[in-house]
Amino acid sequence: MSLWIWLLIACLLAYAWKIVGYFVPAKFLEDPRTSRIAGTMTIGLLASLTVVNAVVSGQGLAADARLGALAVAAIALVLRAPFLVVVIAGAGTAALLRVLGWS
Amino acid sequence: MKLLASPAVRVGISISIATGLYGISFGALAVTSGLNFWQAMALSLLLFSGGSQFAFIGVVAGGGSGIAAMGAATLLGMRNGIYGMQLNALLRPTGWRKYVGAQLTIDESTATSTGQTDPAEQRRGFWTAGIGVYVLWNLFTAVGALAGSALGDPKQWGLDGAAVAAFLALLWPRLKGREPIAIAAVCAVATVVAVPFVPPGVPILVAAVVAALVGWFSHGRRDEGLEPDVEPYGTHHPGAHHEAASTHNDAAGAGPGMPPPERTDPEAGA
Repeated sequence: MSLWIWLLIACLLAYAWKIVGYFVPAKFLEDPRTSRIAGTMTIGLLASLTVVNAVVSGQGLAADARLGALAVAAIALVLRAPFLVVVIAGAGTAALLRVLGWS
Repeated sequence: MKLLASPAVRVGISISIATGLYGISFGALAVTSGLNFWQAMALSLLLFSGGSQFAFIGVVAGGGSGIAAMGAATLLGMRNGIYGMQLNALLRPTGWRKYVGAQLTIDESTATSTGQTDPAEQRRGFWTAGIGVYVLWNLFTAVGALAGSALGDPKQWGLDGAAVAAFLALLWPRLKGREPIAIAAVCAVATVVAVPFVPPGVPILVAAVVAALVGWFSHGRRDEGLEPDVEPYGTHHPGAHHEAASTHNDAAGAGPGMPPPERTDPEAGA
């Protein structure tokens, strides 16, 4: 139940970011620091989310089949595969490694 | 159909289809992360910003609390505020259009609009891509969520591996050049270091703080990793990055508010 509450707050704040942009004076847009932080934060968060999903297990680190998925996804991206192919390659690798016995 | 003769409308439609399809992966990952069908749908219908949606379920999947998931999603939605400022200056929407347009403000609609030069086309591009992505993204979220529920144990199908691949694919097109790569590396290390010391989900927020500090104190390009990666004509729109060819990959991307799968077919906009 509490997940619903945070989920709805997240939705509300997402809309708040969007609508605030439409009411902020154009001058603010010219502040390079604002847009730069929005940019670095996007990169930092995505990098962090990738790592968390690849090697974090609860409050510890784990080297399991997800690492294989990470490696194969990186190769697929270097080869310029489309998003859906990258995701399927990641899933397939993790599933295959588990069949082969690497949890 | 006179409307289909508009390049912006054609670009908007192709982006809608390409992006909408990724709703399948979001829906499937959402339910295997522990959300139910309606929670997955609420994120697509109400939050409607792919990066933030993936962040929310990513934190939940990692055992993080609802508040940490909310925090990560909100921070990742920050750039939509910048897009809102750009679109407000560009389209000058009034009345209800401002409030509806705000909800439709994501990477794809912003790029389709800013990629046009004629004001009428800018308007058409925004609304076509915005409404198109919204409808298809929600439709395919439902399909993915239903399929995901039917799969059973997500690990057996490697769906945790799919999540890893999805986040890397979202990050990839933003790593254009040495500095973004350095920021990504520093934040990845900060995450790993923080994991044993803080509750699940919080390491992601630690990385966000680190990234914000880098942004505050460094002097690189102002639009670093920020501008939409959709390039409506397959050419650069003003403010686009200079590409560092070795790391740039147009072929990655996903979801509303995220880089597209591939550069829009040049013919679609020609």
